[in-house]
Amino acid sequence: MAFPPNQPVSREQAKVMNRFDITKRMVALLRNEEAVIGGIGYTNFDLWGAGQRPQNFYMLGSMGLAVPIGMGVALAQPRRKVIALEGDGSILMELGSLATVAARKQKNLTVVIMDNGAYQITGGQTALTAEGADIVAIAKGCGLTQSAWAADESAFEEMIALSLREDGPWLIGCRIDSAKPVETTERDPPILKDRFMRGLGVKGS
Amino acid sequence: MEDGTPGRAWYEIVAHVLKRHQVDLVTYVPDNVLRPLLELVHADPFFTAFAVAREEEGLGINAGAWMGGRRSILMMQTSGFATLANALASLTVPFQIPNLMLVSERGTMGEFNIGQQLVARTMRPVLNTLLIESHTLTRLDELEFILDRSIVQAVATQAPCCYILSPLLTGGKVFAA
Repeated sequence: MAFPPNQPVSREQAKVMNRFDITKRMVALLRNEEAVIGGIGYTNFDLWGAGQRPQNFYMLGSMGLAVPIGMGVALAQPRRKVIALEGDGSILMELGSLATVAARKQKNLTVVIMDNGAYQITGGQTALTAEGADIVAIAKGCGLTQSAWAADESAFEEMIALSLREDGPWLIGCRIDSAKPVETTERDPPILKDRFMRGLGVKGS
Repeated sequence: MEDGTPGRAWYEIVAHVLKRHQVDLVTYVPDNVLRPLLELVHADPFFTAFAVAREEEGLGINAGAWMGGRRSILMMQTSGFATLANALASLTVPFQIPNLMLVSERGTMGEFNIGQQLVARTMRPVLNTLLIESHTLTRLDELEFILDRSIVQAVATQAPCCYILSPLLTGGKVFAA
């Protein structure tokens, strides 16, 4: 099943949304202990701010590895849906991972890209996404045929719901503004990992 | 022991020990020396084996798999290991993920590529600086014991372990003049 046909054809046509708002909307749609992997930076901070869940993993520093980590969780637990949340600058560092996800046809994985065209946490320097690199087009070129830009907030919610219901892999591109995140993730790696493994049922609760 | 039977090739022993410890996910960036091992794990339905675009991608996949309850190993050559410092220092080590790594050692004992010879010198200093346990595998008769015990230790102590496959064990890659 593909996304509905009313999707914007390009990054330019997608509505610029607020990262924290759509992160909250996404988290509100999670009903089945889905795993969520937060990449670095403000994407991560707003996932933390949207309400901590035992099934959330918060990456710290390994820029670009949210999709691979999500892929690994998806391989280990094929019956659980997994969402990898990643920024545009981050995914630009690891575009090959999109080809890997496509080649493996990882059914239980959804990739959500937060694209503000900038390296916001380091001062808002322009990213290549603001100069013509279209992550959805790149994803399709990698073989992720179920990739689309979210037209607006309600389209985003529909796409998340669809990706949680039907086989993936999916990629949802989101244009976002440059609002500051609402909170900052606590930087305590062993505790973040321990909570996540208990949340996934790998360690006893 | 059956596993240590003389006549077994190094790659047969490696695959056997991985199996015994339920290490069934193999991610890799290919290498000529690793070829017989990669062919073996691809041919065996016990393993899920696939190439990734970059070594750090494999490290991320394997870290996610561990947190999801599945054991794995990343295979690469020395130049590939050299791309891993940031991912090891920001993911594997601080999050205490027992990432297993198998590196085919280039850059020594007959290397013909100056890039390989230079980058190989960065490998042990990186491992030592990050306090990652490593073993240089040189002898067939020690191979099973080292792999077997160190996988147990990695899992029990939630610490990564890197195996360096020496040309002394594998024959290495020979310059075809």
